[in-house]
Amino acid sequence: MKSCLIVDDSKVIRKVARHILETMKFDVAEAADGKEALDHCNVSAPDVILLDWNMPVMSGMDFLRAYRSTVESPSAKVIFCTTENGIAHIQAAIDAGADEYVMKPFDRETLEAKLQIVGCI
Amino acid sequence: MSVSETKSYRILSDLLEKHTGQTLLANRHWRIDMALKPLMRQNSIPDLETLISLIEIDADPRLTMACVEAMVNNETCFFRDQANFALLTGPVFDMLREHRMASKRLRIWSAACSTGQEPYSIAMSFSENADKWRGWNIQIFASDVSGSALTQARAGRYSQFEIQRGLPVMQMLRYFDQKGEEWIAKDSLRKMVTFTEHNMLNSARHLGMFDVILCRNMLMYLGEDKRGLVLEAIAPMLANDGILMLGAAETVIGQTQRFKASQEFRGFYQPAAAKAPAQPAEYRRTA
Repeated sequence: MKSCLIVDDSKVIRKVARHILETMKFDVAEAADGKEALDHCNVSAPDVILLDWNMPVMSGMDFLRAYRSTVESPSAKVIFCTTENGIAHIQAAIDAGADEYVMKPFDRETLEAKLQIVGCI
Repeated sequence: MSVSETKSYRILSDLLEKHTGQTLLANRHWRIDMALKPLMRQNSIPDLETLISLIEIDADPRLTMACVEAMVNNETCFFRDQANFALLTGPVFDMLREHRMASKRLRIWSAACSTGQEPYSIAMSFSENADKWRGWNIQIFASDVSGSALTQARAGRYSQFEIQRGLPVMQMLRYFDQKGEEWIAKDSLRKMVTFTEHNMLNSARHLGMFDVILCRNMLMYLGEDKRGLVLEAIAPMLANDGILMLGAAETVIGQTQRFKASQEFRGFYQPAAAKAPAQPAEYRRTA
């Protein structure tokens, strides 16, 4: 079973994403900000991370940079999942090491296709 | 549901079938409501009965076609059915590349292309392998029965929701420009596809012969009797060694004897009887 870490400060988004991912047979964990996510990744190795941009404590971008540079084996595919939909944001995320980008709102089909694109299903 | 409502739904689904061949089973009549609501709001039409009387009594062709277009199913996305699409743009195109080495020409028809995501996906696949196809004449034709879908397809204009359905982010950045909330295909991509309005129930022989015909997720909306007609109509337009691609839930079995399942490429179809050695698809007007 593949594992997914959902990183989002919105409980509602986490709940919806968890529901979608669990119907796709993912083992799901949650984090409410980048710091919590980093702590999780230091003890566990998710296959894919769904990452929000704007979060308190540590933003998605700060998490991504820290994840790629400090975690022992940062092998997870990272899919940004955010309301930031400008090209500059998307390009910055790719440059920082994101594998895919989903602009909110999204539906199950969109997320499923993105997970296929990064090879997680 | 009242008798008059049932009658209204029947009239509207008959209208859809008459113009497109698409059928709406009684248990999917809810789609009519959903599809026509924006049109009715736009024209200040209070209910379906009024709409029908305007169509039938006034015989307003503009309103009739707007109704049909609103009811046509335009569901699509980029690189739909990723695994099958990869088979098409990989091994299938490689086989045809070998067969067409002399003419260096490939003709592809995306039939029932809706808002254009399918032909643009094909065009992007060729662009991604530009070195391999350098010197080739790649012709991508795309058709649909819906004029409004084609208008969007020609413009290559997609909402944020549409653009990210199936399209990898790197290709989105490479082939599309952002304009406000929309994403517009770059000219270089749009120029690779020729769009034309066409009803699949009519002959399209004037388009010439093709090496690949994609007719995906369209037959499933047609009545049983119409599916065979469409397949019979496209059969003479496919080269002897050409490939037909249908939707994942569609088949030729029980519809026509003109195609058979490909032994080499699972989920694809080929002409049932190769009448002559493989020949490149020529652009010739036969009608």
